Amino acid sequence: MQKILVCLKRVVDYNVRVRVKPDGTGVVTDGVKMSVNPFDEIALEEALRIKERGAANEVIVMSIGSAEAQQQLRTGLAMGADRAILVETDEAVEPLSAARAMLATIEREQPGMVILGKQAIDDDNSQTGQMLAALWGRPQATFASEVVLDGETATVTREVDAGLETIAVDLPAVITVDLRMNEPRYVKLPDIMKAKRKPLETVSFSDLNVENEHHLTTTHFAPPAQREKGVMVEDVGALIQALKDKGLV
Amino acid sequence: MGRILVIAEHDGASLNASTAKCMACATAIDNEGIDVAVLSADGAAICDQAAALSGVAKVLKVDHEIFASQLAATLAPQIVELASDYSHILGPSTTFGKDLMPRVAALLGVAQISDIMEVKSAYSFQRPIYAGNAIVTVDASPERKLVATVRTASYKAVSSDGSGTIEAVEAGASFPTHTRLVEIKASSGDRPDLQTAAKVISGGRALASEENFSLIYSLADKIGAGVGASRAAVDAGYVPNDMQVGQTGKIIAPDLYVAIGISGAIQHLTGIKDAGTIVAINKDPEAPIFEVADIGLVGDLFEIVPELEKQLG
Repeated sequence: MQKILVCLKRVVDYNVRVRVKPDGTGVVTDGVKMSVNPFDEIALEEALRIKERGAANEVIVMSIGSAEAQQQLRTGLAMGADRAILVETDEAVEPLSAARAMLATIEREQPGMVILGKQAIDDDNSQTGQMLAALWGRPQATFASEVVLDGETATVTREVDAGLETIAVDLPAVITVDLRMNEPRYVKLPDIMKAKRKPLETVSFSDLNVENEHHLTTTHFAPPAQREKGVMVEDVGALIQALKDKGLV
Repeated sequence: MGRILVIAEHDGASLNASTAKCMACATAIDNEGIDVAVLSADGAAICDQAAALSGVAKVLKVDHEIFASQLAATLAPQIVELASDYSHILGPSTTFGKDLMPRVAALLGVAQISDIMEVKSAYSFQRPIYAGNAIVTVDASPERKLVATVRTASYKAVSSDGSGTIEAVEAGASFPTHTRLVEIKASSGDRPDLQTAAKVISGGRALASEENFSLIYSLADKIGAGVGASRAAVDAGYVPNDMQVGQTGKIIAPDLYVAIGISGAIQHLTGIKDAGTIVAINKDPEAPIFEVADIGLVGDLFEIVPELEKQLG
């Protein structure tokens, strides 16, 4: 295959304990470390491995968001992607509009495969890959833990509630990846330097003839309800008694 | 508003418990005019179960051999065919529904609301973001169809004393052939299903090996519990992936949850916070799991677990 397109989202780093603003208008993001969505990083690693095996010629990373998302695209380039595309907007982007912008990019680039994370760890929607596959009229293989390529077909193992499901999809297809697919590589300093010279193109929604539609309004953010701290028991006998008192054993 | 359509999840033979939980959410939106769609190869038995769910007006029985494989690529266009009479289309936030519903939403050209945990009104809902660290209220427009998934751990299954009617609907979509099911490897045995079990016992990295997990299985069998695991235990290869409890695994709400040798990372706690009673057994008194546990016991699990099993005798 000629090209693989990987979608990277800029999100609050997974090590940050996210807090809701006291006025309920959002979560605190000022001064907070931002990173590539971890699932997207795994997707990029998989694309790079496919290219390194000789099954693809070029890996393109794209992101949708503010100019600051260039940082995450540079991380992708440092990992080994060949070039980057940023669909720049300062507005919020719902998954349907993200999928439309990706589709417009696909129409220009004609990749043989699109790989992205199964969800982003900020909104936790788990929608964009499926929506893209629907709009594109192509297969989707979600929650993937293994991809085996054979000519124009990919055989994908999916992590589903019942266990492991294997499906075969004709390419081009959309694959969304789960945690256990691979361990992404560490980026080395020389790669970061090299990444600065790789091409990074910026386009807008209007360049792509896509409208950034908003169908939903988030009206309030609240911290989650906290569970009350319980009691500590001394030994197994006391534990069993406590469970009996609650009628649980 | 119009009517609500709930998409049934099943394994080809019987209805998954997630459907009865979606019904509970649907009932909170509007307690009249809720239909259930059963897309399967031969849906007679599944439709009988669906028709018995409290609150169901009508079951749409859509039989087609292609639905022997429950693939989003073939199910979604058929659901779009059914959608015209409905204002709301709901599915469960299981891997089945998470795979399928966004494909439906995109074909309809509308947004989706994922993981509804509470209904404020017919077009306003609460859902978790940031692994449950924030709960947002999301409003949708009544001008558009609403596609959503239901966080099943937030709802109790409706009872099975209903009397819906069953209506056969001819499969009328054009089905793509680009996606084919190869196989499903189920790793569950005779134990209660993790997602519906009233009691669940989970083990973490402290079990230290696949063999040691037999301690957990043995205790679970003693009290008729399902068995889960932390992500660390799954990543370490002690148990298969479908046993993972947490943000990226299964989100569950049993009456009793026993966490053994699990430190309690935030992504694990997200998966259990709706449990009735949480018991934590851990040798580290500072483990975060004790912050949410109703009953905590500090000590060596390799001594405590066998003793617990013996005393439950």
